[in-house]
Amino acid sequence: MNISNAINIKQSPDDATSSRYLQSENREALLLHLGDTTLILSQRNSAWCGHGPILEQDIAITNISLDLLGQARNFYQYAAKIINEANVRNSATVETANTGVDLKEVSEDALAYLRTEREFKNLLLVEQPNGDWGQTILRQYLFSQLQYLLYEQLQQSSDKQLAAIAEKAIKEVAYHIRWSSEWVIRLGDGTPESHTRMQNALGELWPYTGEFFMPAEYESKASIGFELGSLKQLWLEKVTQIFDAATLPSPKSMHATFMQTGGKTGNHSEQLGFILAEMQYLQRTYPNSFW
Amino acid sequence: MKNNILNENSLAEIRQILSAVCDPEIPVLTIADLGILREVKIVDETVEITITPTYSGCPAMDMINMNIRLALIKHGYKHIEIKSILSPAWTTDWMTESGKEKLKAYGIAPPGKTLTRSEPGLFASAEAMQCPLCNSWHTKLVSQFGSTTCKALYQCEDCREPFDYFKCH
Repeated sequence: MNISNAINIKQSPDDATSSRYLQSENREALLLHLGDTTLILSQRNSAWCGHGPILEQDIAITNISLDLLGQARNFYQYAAKIINEANVRNSATVETANTGVDLKEVSEDALAYLRTEREFKNLLLVEQPNGDWGQTILRQYLFSQLQYLLYEQLQQSSDKQLAAIAEKAIKEVAYHIRWSSEWVIRLGDGTPESHTRMQNALGELWPYTGEFFMPAEYESKASIGFELGSLKQLWLEKVTQIFDAATLPSPKSMHATFMQTGGKTGNHSEQLGFILAEMQYLQRTYPNSFW
Repeated sequence: MKNNILNENSLAEIRQILSAVCDPEIPVLTIADLGILREVKIVDETVEITITPTYSGCPAMDMINMNIRLALIKHGYKHIEIKSILSPAWTTDWMTESGKEKLKAYGIAPPGKTLTRSEPGLFASAEAMQCPLCNSWHTKLVSQFGSTTCKALYQCEDCREPFDYFKCH
């Protein structure tokens, strides 16, 4: 099955309806971006299962992983619904519409397991390696802080289902921020060894935070109801508070850092291919298997 | 066939049947106790059940879904539709009082009311927690995350037993 064909919405021959398709195309891309980001971070965190520094924290990071996976599923299920509806509209004249069997119906699993790295729209931050515990913690904190502010806005969205997913998720994200903030402070303001490791993790991860606030074309066009860039100041303030308590360098001192971009539009670091190779192995090798 | 005589009495019977469907992880709680059963309706010939997940990633949802279906099929209902909604987001305030008592008797500290809970500063404990085993208030939070997404882990400083707390959410 060529899933790319199934997922891409074909150009409508009808000019009068093309703006509606454009709208749904941008919304689909936005949902995939949100779903991919939560899925990939979930996949990364889940690698700690059985390897956490102590049992309780192993359970904590895998719980967070599970929350993120659930959020990803909500985004994918909704994206699949939009894609399928658009495909039905576009292929109303195609014979399959009459047979009642649409072989190209897209599912949440197809979206997670059958797209290539160029089709994934996740933030670059979440695909970065786990590194040590400090790097995993810092990656989680930087993302959770963004996720909270972003979903606070998304739950006001005029798109009712998107708003509902955000409203549900934000209650979970509140736990993630709290847990990861405490760990950033505990390690940053801990021993010389833990402080050094946090500082190294910061050097490693900070270049991937600039992309957060640079909207991709689909974000600008999906009419999400707020400016993505407007979250930056608030995010920086929150991060500064936590970094101060953790005796880590203030974001201000890192303002000249070169920021990596591209994740939102499918231009990833080398890491994503390896993640997908592992995550998608079963579906690629034994297509359509399920349990 | 039941579907030919769906009426107001069926609704009461359906609720009765559903009251035997429990959370697979916490088998003392029914889905109504937990507050995840949102609506039971009869639309034409179909029984329409609306449920909502506790947490986005709750892996018990698929099983709960199946158990609802099986329970109804066993009683002769044929046309069943189970809908899942996300909004309004589930809160522990929807848990019944009898559900909270059953939780405590089962050894899990029940959630308090969300309104009475303030957001504590970092490293501070959210609320006083009573040990469900010896009733001591002398307890400590071990982790905000526990054996399932909906629980936190505590330990009693008096009887020394670790225990689960159903998180106020």
